[in-house]
Amino acid sequence: MSWGFLCDLLSGVNKYSTAIGRIWVAVVFIFRLLVYIVAAENIWKDENDEFECSIRQPGCENVCFDHFFPVSHIRLWALQLIMVSTPSLLVVFHVAYRENREKHHNQKLYRSPRRIDGGLLCTYLTSLILKIGFEIGFLALFYKLYNGFKVPRLVKCDINPCPNTVDCYISKPTEKMIFLYFLGATSCLCIVLNLSELSYLIFKYSIKR
Amino acid sequence: MDWGALHTILGGVNKHSTSIGKIWLTVLFIFRIMILVVAAERVWGDEQDDFICNTLQPGCKNVCYDHFFPISHIRLWALQLIFVSTPALLVAMHVAYRRHEKKRQFRKGDQKCEYKDIEEIRRQRFRIEGSLWWTYTSSIFFRLVFEAVFMYAFYFMYDGFQMPRLMKCNAWPCPNTVDCFVSRPTEKTVFTIFMIAVSSICILLNVAELCYLLTKFFLRRSKKAANPKQHPNHENKEETKQNEMNELISDSCQNTVIGFSS
Repeated sequence: MSWGFLCDLLSGVNKYSTAIGRIWVAVVFIFRLLVYIVAAENIWKDENDEFECSIRQPGCENVCFDHFFPVSHIRLWALQLIMVSTPSLLVVFHVAYRENREKHHNQKLYRSPRRIDGGLLCTYLTSLILKIGFEIGFLALFYKLYNGFKVPRLVKCDINPCPNTVDCYISKPTEKMIFLYFLGATSCLCIVLNLSELSYLIFKYSIKR
Repeated sequence: MDWGALHTILGGVNKHSTSIGKIWLTVLFIFRIMILVVAAERVWGDEQDDFICNTLQPGCKNVCYDHFFPISHIRLWALQLIFVSTPALLVAMHVAYRRHEKKRQFRKGDQKCEYKDIEEIRRQRFRIEGSLWWTYTSSIFFRLVFEAVFMYAFYFMYDGFQMPRLMKCNAWPCPNTVDCFVSRPTEKTVFTIFMIAVSSICILLNVAELCYLLTKFFLRRSKKAANPKQHPNHENKEETKQNEMNELISDSCQNTVIGFSS
């Protein structure tokens, strides 16, 4: 069980999406998932080992690291990717439900089970709203926990058992900051894509009416 | 999910590329992505662990490493490869859109379409003409831009392509100017030069492909300009476009209807 599972899920969703939805899937695959796996994961790999404080007091480094990184950036990134991809499952389930219903009644109940109309439109719109909500939620969480996407070189820590205020140095802060800005930019791009898809569907539906 | 997934996505584009495009794709996968994964990642694997500064001052090593390597070579290359591969997706999307339209025509039972079944539409290879030509050419243009930008960024950040053995650092909290030693500098220099060389080859291939496409476009245009005088019926623009579409369909359906010479 790994990222391959998410890939299969998103590929399945691609079939029932609009054109903008497919662009969204491509952006998530290539600019978020692939970048995460081939580049970003390695930067944060040894963050705890390489976090160094100017003190020999045992336990001080551990406590300071835990204080400044309650949840590591990279874990938040992974959670965001998973949460943002999951609302698409609602659409997959609804289409499966429609197809099952047609099989059960043995007659054509819908113009096409995959066509985005009626109840499926509501499900699709709900999934879009949830995606936007999760994206904004995680960006807000990043801001709250880490005060933006800046990663400082030096943090000052005076938590017990550190005897006084010690200097602690974070490893590869510039590289981490670059990739966090990249994460923020792709997140915003995905929000824009989701909003345009939402407006497109609402506009199309109101025109039909 | 890794580089293999990118290979699967781009492999589909290969069918609709020119010969130079196919060579470019091969060079990309064998001499860049594969080298990155099997060799370069190992060379840069222990870069911070083996970066040693001549001081016991805690934090000095971290700060100096961050100062000299704002973004690691290996990460820059990974980003470069991702960005350079992405414009090919535009072509893939355009082809998928055309296939979708053809399938829709086929399902409607359109008499113009002479495919035997859906499978034939799926297997069909599109010629690079009309709007697909514009998409393809823009994708090559974007590839060139991304390659050039990343090469310049590399040169600008690391002041050339050579990895020095020794760097002098006096960033705080280092107490004075300390000597810091990079691990495996020669091996890193060799790989850097190799990646830059292959990047340049890719740029040349893209430029060649662009010239080829432009030449083909102008030749076709001049033939078309000469043609209307020879043809018995002088066509307007709409009919020419429809005829081009029919030509596309008839070429791939191996129809015996004689199209226009262009």
